[in-house]
Amino acid sequence: MKYLDEFSDPGLARKLVDQIKAATSKRWSIMEVCGGQTHSIIRHGIDQLLPDIEMIHGPGCPVCVTPLEIIDKALEIASRPQVIFCSFGDMLRVPGSEKDLFRVKSEGGDVRVVYSPLDALTIARDNPHRQVVFFGIGFETTAPANAMTVYQAKRLGIDNFSLLVSHVLVPPAVAAIMESPTCRVQAFLAAGHVCTVMGTDEYPPLCEKYRVPIVVTGFEPLDILEGIRRTVLQLESGRYELENAYSRAVQAAGNVAARAMLLDVFAVTDRAWRGIGMIPRSGWRLSHNYRDYDAEYRFSVADMRTEESSICLSGKVLQGLIKPHECPAFGTLCTPRNPIGATMVSSEGACAAYYLYRRLEVSHV
Amino acid sequence: MCLAVPGKILSLNDCDGTLMSVVDFGGIKKEVCLEYIPDAQVGQYVVVHVGFALQRLDEESAIRTLAEFEHLGVLEEEFTDGFELAARKAGLDNPNEARS
Repeated sequence: MKYLDEFSDPGLARKLVDQIKAATSKRWSIMEVCGGQTHSIIRHGIDQLLPDIEMIHGPGCPVCVTPLEIIDKALEIASRPQVIFCSFGDMLRVPGSEKDLFRVKSEGGDVRVVYSPLDALTIARDNPHRQVVFFGIGFETTAPANAMTVYQAKRLGIDNFSLLVSHVLVPPAVAAIMESPTCRVQAFLAAGHVCTVMGTDEYPPLCEKYRVPIVVTGFEPLDILEGIRRTVLQLESGRYELENAYSRAVQAAGNVAARAMLLDVFAVTDRAWRGIGMIPRSGWRLSHNYRDYDAEYRFSVADMRTEESSICLSGKVLQGLIKPHECPAFGTLCTPRNPIGATMVSSEGACAAYYLYRRLEVSHV
Repeated sequence: MCLAVPGKILSLNDCDGTLMSVVDFGGIKKEVCLEYIPDAQVGQYVVVHVGFALQRLDEESAIRTLAEFEHLGVLEEEFTDGFELAARKAGLDNPNEARS
């Protein structure tokens, strides 16, 4: 019980843990979708506080699932002399086929880290004779920022700006996980901030179709305990509904202005997820109206094809089929200092979480 | 990048027709776009993703979350220089050098 002291309200944490234990009559497997939740769970030992609940770590780390192909396209574009390539810092060390963005910079590429995509637009405006590309990745949480930036580029006529887009969407991934023949997931903690943007409309049909409870959950350790508590109550009573355990940040309609912008700027597309493969209609690309701002077309890299490392089992980790430390490369060939897979790079990746906070031993077999 | 950080709106300004603001994240001040929460007011708390406010938040939740983030060191990760951070994780002293 050493972990309880580290909660912001140890008394409430204890109460939630006791309630979950009292309600649990058998072992349940619950997937937390978001990488931020994975980190909270491992860091605060929530899985160890609740030995009868198996937490399966989901694919919700955007850095981890951005396909190798897009990373290689980013590296190729960033290496060009006329380009200023802007990215979130998380992407710098994600391994491509041969190198990473960090390496491209050391070889003379103009790679810059920005806090917001609007910073990249400012750089474009300040450097009218250079091509400025922003690496627009992420789930539904970063998409409104990227959409607004492209919208502004068009509105202000900043034509030397473009976006290399690889957005991914949560609900199709939930469906793909449930469709998998090896699926062990019995319930989901949905990613709270994705629902802040998109609302919760997309989930009741998934609950119904797959007879699976989905509980919208926040990221702080107490939020996660509350999400698990509500999930277990549903599982124990045979219900499969959408519940919102994060109502302080999530409204059913989401952010209406952001959704309208997303609808204008992006179009749904099939998307390959790194380590998982193609998931139909699981991503966004720029819509026809904004195609002139699509870096894949501007730099003619649309046809690049790549192959993954065969040593790295991050695909199985991302699908919840194995835990990070069950990969033979974990902690030996693959460490945060020398990552083979993206899941070891990102601060939201499951492998990095296990490496940083955990014990290599299996806590319960 | 995926982190949602609550902050307090200190001031509003119009930048080429776009509603912008300065937001205080526990002492770190950043420019934040308010186009998605256009009726937000100075003094209110908003949840910010990569420079965009996406949701209002009550003051008590915001302060508690910020305290938790500070405790966990995640604010530093979100706002620190990306190259420095990447270099540190790669075990390098100089951000301009890459491992071979």
